[in-house]
Amino acid sequence: MLDVANIKVKYGQIEALHDVSISVPEGKIVTLIGANGAGKTTLLRSLSGLLPLSNGKVELHGEDITREKPHRRVARGLAHVPEGRMVFANLSIAENLEMGAFLRKDKDGISKDLAYVYELFPRLEERKRQQAGTLSGGEQQMLAIGRALMSAPQCLMLDEPSLGIAPILTRIIFDKIVEINQERKLTILLVEQNVNLALEISSFGYVIETGNILFEGSSQDLRNDPRVREAYMGG
Amino acid sequence: MDSFLQQLYNGLSLGAIYALIALGYTMVYGILRFINFAHGEIFMVGAYVAYFLAGWFLPDGAASSWLMFLLILMLSMAICALLGIGIEWTVYRPLRNRPRLTVLITAIGVSLFLQYGGQTFIGADPKAFPKILGDPVQVNMGPVTTNNLELLVLVITLILMFALRFFVMKTKLGKAMRAVSHNIQASSLMGINNDQVIAVTFAVGSALAAAGGVLYAMNYPTIDPLMGLLPGLKAFVAAVLGGIGNIPGAALGGLILGVVETFAAGSVVSDYKDAIAFGLLVLLLLFRPGGLLGKATVEKV
Repeated sequence: MLDVANIKVKYGQIEALHDVSISVPEGKIVTLIGANGAGKTTLLRSLSGLLPLSNGKVELHGEDITREKPHRRVARGLAHVPEGRMVFANLSIAENLEMGAFLRKDKDGISKDLAYVYELFPRLEERKRQQAGTLSGGEQQMLAIGRALMSAPQCLMLDEPSLGIAPILTRIIFDKIVEINQERKLTILLVEQNVNLALEISSFGYVIETGNILFEGSSQDLRNDPRVREAYMGG
Repeated sequence: MDSFLQQLYNGLSLGAIYALIALGYTMVYGILRFINFAHGEIFMVGAYVAYFLAGWFLPDGAASSWLMFLLILMLSMAICALLGIGIEWTVYRPLRNRPRLTVLITAIGVSLFLQYGGQTFIGADPKAFPKILGDPVQVNMGPVTTNNLELLVLVITLILMFALRFFVMKTKLGKAMRAVSHNIQASSLMGINNDQVIAVTFAVGSALAAAGGVLYAMNYPTIDPLMGLLPGLKAFVAAVLGGIGNIPGAALGGLILGVVETFAAGSVVSDYKDAIAFGLLVLLLLFRPGGLLGKATVEKV
């Protein structure tokens, strides 16, 4: 579904991603794990078009989207839940979700998906008239995910959904990610620092460090890999 | 008391013009975070477009009419909307990722270009603005004496403000505008074409300034290429006063500035009316740095 080959990203003179290739097969949850500053967010931002690549190729569904602008990539079915959630604090929850469906014209489909999002996260429906800025961190994360789902994506990229969120809410959100993946057959690329959880719900994983993919493997193998256990799972 | 109400009315009428211009400043700032100093010149161009249209539609002796007025007003707004988009497209867009100071200085350049371009091609001499609606007719509203043209300023301004509010709060494009203004990266992740929204912002702001220019010219009978300078500057002050980036703030700031200026002009310190208006801004910003309705936005992380 999402194929990334040999991409390099530079911030000025500094190369943040050196030569990264990953592949996310259709219908799977693939995770990208690594420490702070390893390049996880940089990778996602370059995949959604927020950062320019200096080298490499990005394909969605076999179509080259390397040079597409961010809003065109959304039109092609790629959704990105950014780090820090970036909900529109000055818009209501309902308006945030409406913005998620900005490009869609199918009214029936939109209201179906809206119902689905509200079913997934009932708190959002309870507070739909409230400004998004008044939500707690966990609720904002739910909103950010719901908003991304409203674009009816084929591939969903999530940047650290557990960041700064109470453990109990993290659990709920991860359960929902699995639910979305199974019910909607949605392909998911999950970036996480919470390695335990990420490897638990994914089928394949990449470990990234200082802009390089160190190793990759099935999530099962990675969980048992002593290198991963020592570096990321507390031994 | 009567003269108080009269002054208040006069102030609101003047402030309405400031408010119309201030809305464009604040909308562009809200999205691109820079002050479009060429905005006051759009006000001037709006008046000139109406001047030429009126000369064209209403040759000497032709009867003036409300229909003609509305046609001229709307055409002037539409032409200035296109001008605003054109300026954004050719001048500001190539500088999108440059430092803000670069864009600011360029905006001053565009402003001077329009002022002196106007002087070169149209002439520096003031021109008498045609009486599109004939001679003013006196209207008495209780203690307040006014005329139909002054009333028109208030009525049209109110209509435009409500239309703008509806557009920004209720339409999909207006919501997208607020989204872009809050976070221009997140909006692109929604599939919103930011460039398109920015173009719409310039179009709407410029159309409002053009309406201000036409209404102003109908009440102050001559127009000249530098006429946008001071109202533009004051509208900028009004936008800051209300809280730059805040749309209701710009409207409120414009009205307050107009009222304060009018009262100052009617007092013993009338020579200092502009200084008083700007002094008010300084004072207010000392206590409320974000302006009247602007607030330091707190975001949960």
